[in-house]
Amino acid sequence: MSELTLREASRRPDLLAPGHRLCAGCAEPTMARMILKAVRGPTVVTTATGCLEVATTIFPYTAWNLPWIHTAFENAAATASGIEAAWRAMRRRGRGPLSKYETLDVVAFAGDGGTYDIGLQALSGALERGHDFTYVLLDNEAYMNTGIQRSGGTPYAAETTTSPAGSVIPGKREWKKPIEDIVIAHRIPYAATLSPAYPLDVLRKARRAFEADGPAFLHAIVPCSRGWRFPPEKTIAVSRLAVQTCIFPLWECWLEGGRPAYRLSAPSEAIAKRPETKRPVEEYLSIQGRFRHLFQPKRRDDIIRSIQEWVDDRWAQLLEKAGF
Amino acid sequence: MTALERQLLMGLNGDEAAAYAVKQVNPDVVAAYPITPQTIIVERFSEYVANGLVETEFVSVESEHSALSCCIGAAAAGARAFTATSSQGLALMWEMTYIASALRLPIVMAVANRALSAPINIHNDHSDAMGARDSGWIQIWCENSQEVYDACIEAWRMGEHPDVQLPVMVNLDGFTLSHTLENVMTLPDEEVSEFVGERRFMRVRGHLGEADFRLDPENPITMGPLDLPDFYYEHKLQQVEALKAALRAIPEVDDEYHRVSGRRYGFLHPYRLEDAELALIGLGSTMGTVMHVVDELREEGVRAGALKLRVFRPFPEEALKEAIMGIPAVGILDRAISFGAPGGPLYMEVKTTLYEEEERPILVNYIHGLGGRDTTPDLIRAIYKDLDRARARGGAEEKVIYAGVRG
Repeated sequence: MSELTLREASRRPDLLAPGHRLCAGCAEPTMARMILKAVRGPTVVTTATGCLEVATTIFPYTAWNLPWIHTAFENAAATASGIEAAWRAMRRRGRGPLSKYETLDVVAFAGDGGTYDIGLQALSGALERGHDFTYVLLDNEAYMNTGIQRSGGTPYAAETTTSPAGSVIPGKREWKKPIEDIVIAHRIPYAATLSPAYPLDVLRKARRAFEADGPAFLHAIVPCSRGWRFPPEKTIAVSRLAVQTCIFPLWECWLEGGRPAYRLSAPSEAIAKRPETKRPVEEYLSIQGRFRHLFQPKRRDDIIRSIQEWVDDRWAQLLEKAGF
Repeated sequence: MTALERQLLMGLNGDEAAAYAVKQVNPDVVAAYPITPQTIIVERFSEYVANGLVETEFVSVESEHSALSCCIGAAAAGARAFTATSSQGLALMWEMTYIASALRLPIVMAVANRALSAPINIHNDHSDAMGARDSGWIQIWCENSQEVYDACIEAWRMGEHPDVQLPVMVNLDGFTLSHTLENVMTLPDEEVSEFVGERRFMRVRGHLGEADFRLDPENPITMGPLDLPDFYYEHKLQQVEALKAALRAIPEVDDEYHRVSGRRYGFLHPYRLEDAELALIGLGSTMGTVMHVVDELREEGVRAGALKLRVFRPFPEEALKEAIMGIPAVGILDRAISFGAPGGPLYMEVKTTLYEEEERPILVNYIHGLGGRDTTPDLIRAIYKDLDRARARGGAEEKVIYAGVRG
C-alpha cells in the first residue's frame, strides 16, 4: 500500500472541478474531491440521484473530469456492478474498450437516502456478489436534495421536515440505522469511516478502499449547513466535533482470517487512549439548529442524556472491537 | 453449401432458443434474476458460463431492477449486455427501461410474456410488455422458437445500428413458446459472431470534444446528467428520431440476416391477404393458430386472411396500411387490456394508423387469452364469424369484444 501525502494529493488534478452548484459550506464536494485524489489510475464514477448528482451535472455543464454516469436513485451499487462486470469481462477476453486497463477504480457515490433506505437492497446484492468497487456513502443524515426529510440515517431527535420538532414529538423518534454493522456483516474486505476534518485519513483510507480486492465501503460524514442549521463556515468544525464527541468515530475494518478486524484511526485512537479527552455530545448537538429544540425553549436533559448514552454505548462496542 | 445446409436443426423451447442465440452472440455481461416463465433462459445461460462455453460475466443480481441497472452500467462502459425477464420483473424494471433507452444503450432483453398481478398468474398474456410500450425500446414479437432464436441474434444489430442506438425487447409468449419444444434451425457460432461483429458507438460532442458515447477514461463524458427545461425536450426528440431511424434500419438488418440465414421476417407477415374479405391482426404465438384457422376457412370458401405483426415499436404504419388496404373487415387481437382506454393497445395503434385513409375497413377489437386462457382454433373461428357479421352489417355492433370470457 502506498501512502499519499497531502503535498502529492494537492498536485494531482481535481477530478471534481470547481464551478459546480453545491451549496456554500457543503461537505460533499470536499469529500468527493479528496477521495478521488487517491485513485490509482483509470476511474469510472457513478452517482445516485441526490445533491451531488444534480448540482455537478446541469446539462450542458459538468464538473466531472472523469467518466461519470447517473442512472437512478436506488441503484448506484447495481450500476457500479455492471461497470465492474464489463471491465472484468473485457479484461478476461482481452478485447473491448476497457480491456487495456490493469486496474479500474469503480466508485459509487450515494447519499444516506440512497444507501440506508431505497438503495440498501442493491448495495447488499453488490456486496454479496463481491464486485471490486468502492461504495462511498456521503451521509448528510437526511434527504437534503428534496428539502431535508428524515432518512434511516437521520440521528435520533433531529428535526427534519418530515420529523419536525413538535409540541408532542421532539424530532425523529428512531435511532440512526447501524449501516456499518449491516455492511460489515457481508464480510467485505474493507470498510472505513471518514470525516472531512481529517484529510490525510481520508486519502489513506480511500486508497486502501481502491486497493481492496472486492467491495469496499466508505462511510463519510458530510455535514449540511442548510439541513443541520449551522453557518456554512462551520462545516469542518462540525465534522471535527462529530469525531471528538465520538458520535461519528473514525475507524477502519478489514478481514483477518475471515473475521472483521477493527482499528481506530488517529483522532479516535487518541480519545481511546485518553478517555478524558472525549467531549460531551452536547457540544456537537448545541451548535446545530436541527437539535435546537433540545435546548430551547426548555432544556431536554432526558433526550440529551439518552443521546449521550447511545454514543457511549456505541463507542464502548467499538473500543471492544478495536481491542481496547 | 447453401445457408440452410450449414445450419443445425435443434430441438429448443423458446427460452432455450433465446439462451442459445445469446450464447452464440457471447455478450460481455448478462445480468438476470429468475422469474417464471423466463427462468430457463438464465438457467441455460448459467450452464454455458459454468461450462466455459461463453466468455460472459454472468451477474446473478438480487432483483430485476438491479438486472437492468447492471446492464445499463455495463453497456455504458462499452459492453454488450443482455437480460431476460417476465411480468412482475419487467414491472419492477419499469423505471430503468426508460433510462436504458434515454441513455441510448443497445441492451437486448428477452421477455417471456406473462400476465401482471393481481391476482397473481404465471401464464401468458401481453400486459407486461404492453406496459412498457412507451418506454422507447424496439419491440419484436415472436410466433415460434425459430423467430425467438433469430430475433435474439438480429436484435443486437438493430439496436446498435449507428442511427438507432436503442435497447431491444424480444417478446415470446410465456409457456406457449417459452416451455414448448420446437425445431429450430441454428447457425454455426462463427457466422453469428461475424453477423453481430463488434459493438459500435455513437459519436457525441462531449465537454472535452468529440467522444464515443461511453464511459471512457481517456475521453471522459458525463452520462445521465440533470437536464432542465432548456434541453430535456430536445433529448426526447432525439429518441423519437432514433425510433424513426429504426424503421429504416430494421429492414437493412433483416436483409443482411437473410443473406446469412435464408430467413427474413420484416415488420409483419401477411398471410393469404390478397383477396381477403376478413383479416385478423395480432402478435405472437396466437398467430400460428390464426393462420391454421385461415387455411380451414379458405377450404370452406371463406375469404379469410391474417396479418402477424413482428415489430410493434417502432410501429410500422406504412407497411400495415399497405398490407390491409382494401380488406373490408379487420379484427385486431389484443392479449392485454389498456384499462379505461377505447380498446386494446394494438387496436388503438391500428385505428390511429388508418384514420387519415379514405377507404377504411370495419375494425373490431377482440381481447383474448388473458392470464393464459387458451385461444383455441374454435375461438378464432368464432371471432372470424363475428367479424363476418360486422362486415355484412356494414359496421361493428360493439367495437371491443372480450372473447372467450364468461360474462
